[in-house]
Amino acid sequence: MLSRVASGSSRKLAPALGCLGSRQKHSLPDLPYDYGALEPYIDGQIMQLHHNKHHAAYVNNLNITEEKYREALTKGDVTTQIALQSALKFNGGGHINHSIFWTNLSPNGGGEPKGELLEAIKRDFGSFEKFKEKLTAISVGVQGSGWGWLGFNKDQGRLQIVACSNQDPLQGTTGLIPLLGIDVWEHAYYLQYKNVRLDYLKAIWNVINWENVTERYTACKK
Amino acid sequence: MQLHHNKHHAAYVNNLNITEEKYREALTKGDVTTQIALQSALKFNGGGHINHSIFWTNLSPNGGGEPKGELLEAIKRDFGSFEKFKEKLTAISVGVQGSGWGWLGFNKDQGRLQIVACSNQDPLQGTTGLIPLLGIDVWEHAYYLQYKNVRLDYLKAIWNVINWENVTERYTACKK
Repeated sequence: MLSRVASGSSRKLAPALGCLGSRQKHSLPDLPYDYGALEPYIDGQIMQLHHNKHHAAYVNNLNITEEKYREALTKGDVTTQIALQSALKFNGGGHINHSIFWTNLSPNGGGEPKGELLEAIKRDFGSFEKFKEKLTAISVGVQGSGWGWLGFNKDQGRLQIVACSNQDPLQGTTGLIPLLGIDVWEHAYYLQYKNVRLDYLKAIWNVINWENVTERYTACKK
Repeated sequence: MQLHHNKHHAAYVNNLNITEEKYREALTKGDVTTQIALQSALKFNGGGHINHSIFWTNLSPNGGGEPKGELLEAIKRDFGSFEKFKEKLTAISVGVQGSGWGWLGFNKDQGRLQIVACSNQDPLQGTTGLIPLLGIDVWEHAYYLQYKNVRLDYLKAIWNVINWENVTERYTACKK
């Protein structure tokens, strides 16, 4: 289940029109700011395509896949359930990841976190600068499409930086709780930064919403 | 084309050379750990160099249309018709999740053509044994500036520049 706090996605109940059951579908969350709000760091054209085309497609395809999955589950058709797994992971992961991403960014972002989160960063990475360097390096180094993540390891009570491939969601594939994600699929930066992923990485630090990252951190320490 | 060739492919070549140099050192020292640690950089940059080197020859301003002769016969035999082959390679390429390539390859063991997708820069022959004949790059950098998120439009357009002479040469060579 996507939780409201973590993903920001709203689940709309289908209208009760006397049909067989209500279908809870996933929907595209609104962007908390205008498409151009993150300029000059991320172009409005990128934000619009990224939200309105890429993320929207993940949502649509997730709903379609869940519907097919529901049918297969009802029929006890295990083969089909397994055949649908990659579409579920890809589109489900895409929806989860992007829902987190939009909240991780803000036109009022940038700077450094404060309080407990900053202390944890210093404890687990040495300093905020070293943390920035590490997350940047991991994200730049992703081969192909994927994401760089700051996550929280609940078992060990520490922060960790990892990369995930394609739309593999952090929590579902590693167990780490996602705090801050950096999308390094080429669609996230190519129109503005072309092949120079590093320039995009350097720019994005100016729009990181540390309030949101802190909220997520606080929530997982409960 | 300029960014793709002069930045992306060039980077694979440079990084492949760097990686092979490090590998040579590790090999000399019998350092197995380092050799293994270098594998992903070798596959990624080596595959990137191999794949793009094939890709440029697979395309031509005089391309398009259909193949002829033996290759066309093999396509009809293994896919039903040229149209069905086009549909299948397009579908496989559009369906790649993330970065990768769609390939028409030749299965030497079974003497037949096959269409498969590979992830990232995984080279067709090195990872599947199939001989590469025609590759379609579906990394976003291959089309995004022009086609944005609509990979399918790029796929439809690229059929107009496929260099069937080159694909035929590759086919003929692997049948020997």
